[in-house]
Amino acid sequence: MSAAPEVASGGTLAGYNFAYLDEDTKRMIRRALLKAVAVPGHQVPFGSREMPLPYGWGTGGIQVTASVIGPDDTLKVIDQGADDTTNAVSIRRFFARVAGVATTERTADATVIQTRHRIPETPLREGQILVYQVPMPEPLFRLEPRVAETRRLHALGDYGLMHVKLYEDIARRGEVEISYNYPVMVNGRYLMSPSPIPAFDNPKMDRMPALQLFGAGREKRIYAVPPYTSVRSLDFEDHPFRPGRADASCALCGSRETYLDEVVTDDRGGRRFLCSDTDYCAERRADR
Amino acid sequence: MRAAALSPGLSDPATDAQGCFRALLDAMSRPGLVRRVPVAELRPPAPLSPAAAAVLLTLADAATPVWTDAGADAAAWLAFHTGCPPAASPGDAAFVLACGTPPPLDALMQGTDEEPHRSATVVAQVAALEAGRGGWRLSGPGIDAAHRLRVSGLPEGFAARWAANRAVFPRGVDLILCAGRDVAALPRTTAIVEEG
Repeated sequence: MSAAPEVASGGTLAGYNFAYLDEDTKRMIRRALLKAVAVPGHQVPFGSREMPLPYGWGTGGIQVTASVIGPDDTLKVIDQGADDTTNAVSIRRFFARVAGVATTERTADATVIQTRHRIPETPLREGQILVYQVPMPEPLFRLEPRVAETRRLHALGDYGLMHVKLYEDIARRGEVEISYNYPVMVNGRYLMSPSPIPAFDNPKMDRMPALQLFGAGREKRIYAVPPYTSVRSLDFEDHPFRPGRADASCALCGSRETYLDEVVTDDRGGRRFLCSDTDYCAERRADR
Repeated sequence: MRAAALSPGLSDPATDAQGCFRALLDAMSRPGLVRRVPVAELRPPAPLSPAAAAVLLTLADAATPVWTDAGADAAAWLAFHTGCPPAASPGDAAFVLACGTPPPLDALMQGTDEEPHRSATVVAQVAALEAGRGGWRLSGPGIDAAHRLRVSGLPEGFAARWAANRAVFPRGVDLILCAGRDVAALPRTTAIVEEG
């Protein structure tokens, strides 16, 4: 049974519908996406399907991408900012095989960008769609474990629990101790998890010209932020939100503005900092 | 109902529905911008416009009761191509397809504060849609400064009814306007100011 999968004309895999999911599933996800756009930041339940990779590897993002993507799209997939890690490469290859779409590593050339835990450094533009892979869509889940209760809190717009958490952080440590997955208010109404992007990326979500879609496969939730929509990181007047980054420059391109990954280089405390966004870093080096 | 009377639905269901959905997603996320559905050869029965028919073919199925005032031919055509059950009243419908005056918005499914997504989507067929000049001045999520949209063929006083729909946020219905092959959308977050 080791024969290569049959390949149809155009290079896509035979025996599958366009973009893998059946049309009934796509229709259900599309309806959820439109309602998610209509109520920015509200989590819409959907019938998440079993995908050919395990939960936690981007099944929610993949289902959203599969319902959105068309033959004219160009897809970019990043994992922690990198185009060349296992998860990004395999998802990109998956859509090249089941949808026959063009793929790219350049942010500016992509029409659909699926991301795990980063927003590209290159500013996104109108017409682009950013699809986030979300492990836990409920921003209150560490504070209120009952799903029925979190739903009621969202209905009432009662986010006192989260304010108390931030206050207690400040009272104990002098600052908010959340460096990623930093909660945001969308359009002044819904508290939303931005997915585990670094807090450094939060300001990019505010009034972003691109459409932002969020898919949580295991938790079976979809939510969205339309373009030019207010996304505010939760804070206090006397303790304004301060996104953090390593106080260093990229060892490859020298950037002091981008989000950096710390790379341990030996067992004697040696370390380097590199841009987490591999495409942005490579373009900066090419421009020099 | 003679079977021969049914005109075809989407010629390539996967890619046509995808193209229509992207036009709708773009319209819903940029309220008031007019988008064209890519269905050149769709010939739905009168009085359905190609855009209104394409919206239903793209989004409706056995899980979504549809109420329509478009008459028996259109209802039979939609039922055949989508499998959508007919809704007994507008208040039971997931999609309300109105070729004439739309039913009162507050009589439709509004969703609940906990589940605002369980609300109706109104697909309203109008005479013409023109973006960019006069008519309505729109603001809200999805709109950078202001979008302008002129809608011909909606009843007098619609803007006031829309304001009442917007006031019950996060509950409320969402609106897809269709004319010919053009669509524009107003999610419940969009505010309308009338400017002649």
